[in-house]
Amino acid sequence: MKGEFICVVCPNGCPIDAEFTEQKPHTLLKFNGHRCPKGASWIRQEIENPVRTFSTNVLVRNGAFLLASVRTTKPVPLDLIAPVLKEIRKIRVEAPLHIGDVLLSNPVGTDTEIIVTRNVGKR
Amino acid sequence: MSEKIKKDIVIIGGGPAGLAAAIAAKEAGCDDLLLIERDRILGGILNQCIHDGFGLHRFNEPLSGPEYSQRYINRLLELQIPVALDSIVLDMNSDKRLLISKSGSLQEIEAKSIILAMGCRERARGALSIPGHRPAGVYTAGAAQTFVNIENIKPGNKVVILGSGDIGLIMARRMTLEGAKVEAVFEVLPYSSGLPRNIQQCLVDYGIPLFLSTTIVDIVGAERLEGVAAAEVNLAREAIPGTRRFVPCDTLLLSVGLIPENELALGAGVEIHPVTGGPVVNDRCMTSVPGVFSCGNALHVHDLVDWVSDEAGRAGANAAAYVKNRESFFSEACIPVVPGTGVRYVMPHSARVGHQLSLAFRVNEPLRGGTVEVAGHGGIIKSEKFARLHPAEMVWMEIEGDKIGTQAPLEVRLRP
Repeated sequence: MKGEFICVVCPNGCPIDAEFTEQKPHTLLKFNGHRCPKGASWIRQEIENPVRTFSTNVLVRNGAFLLASVRTTKPVPLDLIAPVLKEIRKIRVEAPLHIGDVLLSNPVGTDTEIIVTRNVGKR
Repeated sequence: MSEKIKKDIVIIGGGPAGLAAAIAAKEAGCDDLLLIERDRILGGILNQCIHDGFGLHRFNEPLSGPEYSQRYINRLLELQIPVALDSIVLDMNSDKRLLISKSGSLQEIEAKSIILAMGCRERARGALSIPGHRPAGVYTAGAAQTFVNIENIKPGNKVVILGSGDIGLIMARRMTLEGAKVEAVFEVLPYSSGLPRNIQQCLVDYGIPLFLSTTIVDIVGAERLEGVAAAEVNLAREAIPGTRRFVPCDTLLLSVGLIPENELALGAGVEIHPVTGGPVVNDRCMTSVPGVFSCGNALHVHDLVDWVSDEAGRAGANAAAYVKNRESFFSEACIPVVPGTGVRYVMPHSARVGHQLSLAFRVNEPLRGGTVEVAGHGGIIKSEKFARLHPAEMVWMEIEGDKIGTQAPLEVRLRP
């Protein structure tokens, strides 16, 4: 299989042409277009095990806001976003909350923490 | 009854631009300043931008919007910069007098310098002339973002997005993570107007199709939206007969452009640029009204907040310099900075002779590789190669001061 990918490591956004095996998980066979070693490791990761960071919200009790935004501290495999989200949805927290508060560690075996990204004072 | 107050610098808007401008003004030695914000909290639009990727350039970290703004709010508090929340500027004139409403009471402020940092607003359905019904379920992408990330309201379950601007792409992912089905993103242009990284991580990752050269030609639904009709368009953006199809949905999100917020600026006689929709400024971010500065999305729509903070910092420092010694601002020789072939606009619109210049520009259409050159006094004064140029990505170039002479305007253009 062939595809064109835009490297997201830095603002240069190199277009990288990649060739990889048909069956999942894909194996990277050939690539070109990158202009630095980071681009090379990025395209391998992207083809063989794509990972993403993501954000969502959790419900807050007695807070100045209804929701506290949260995010992953490290990228998780793309396929695990849905199961991790399911874990996050179960969370109910009490105000006050501070940026950096850890709400979950290593959900579904991923190497990430779920941290609060909004200060929420008491109502 | 209104009370009258005098201030050296008033900053209008407490989003990323206003915060950075206020901090820079204070750090440059201005102690008599006031930041005015209409919301009950500082941070502006960043409060609802919970996705990460902010601050990659400034802090070398991928922060969420609220985290990014909190860093500036903390610094603002540290510097004890006065803030008026729940306050809105009703009027501003060319003498830099402001009329402010705070919880129903009026206040007049006379400022030596004003920094315009009101951000931008979204284009809404009215600006698009889409025929059809007027059902519930049609929102701008930013309004939907407020619902989902601040108010805990899910706008709908079956979503179509018109426009591939970044907010629309971000909301496609956000709605998917909230359990909605995003049926399609339609873009009237033959290319996406969002950042390539957002196409990948917001659409491709979730299997959401993007249809280019396609737009919405009808909106159907008596009370609640029932669906939209989409059609392919030709280069003149006219619907191509026979391509019309109906897409059932209960929610339509519009991500079709941003307009710099400049009603106040217009009232004060600030000259507005026809392409950017923001004030015409020199490299000090000063508008056509002396002492009035502009920065952030009120000046021109940015794609990265990091650049907003940089630009606003310059505006703040220059406003402080203006308050200290305004005479020096009137004797400065400036030359025009203009876009040439292939360039949509250049910021700033004029530059001081002999001063280091950071200029920003956008190209007209996507290009695979190209050389951008700056022509000025004595021919080409700078040229730079780019692997890729895209209208969605603002490009910065630095020009050394000794290359900016008095003889000719600076023209930024693509080498043919």
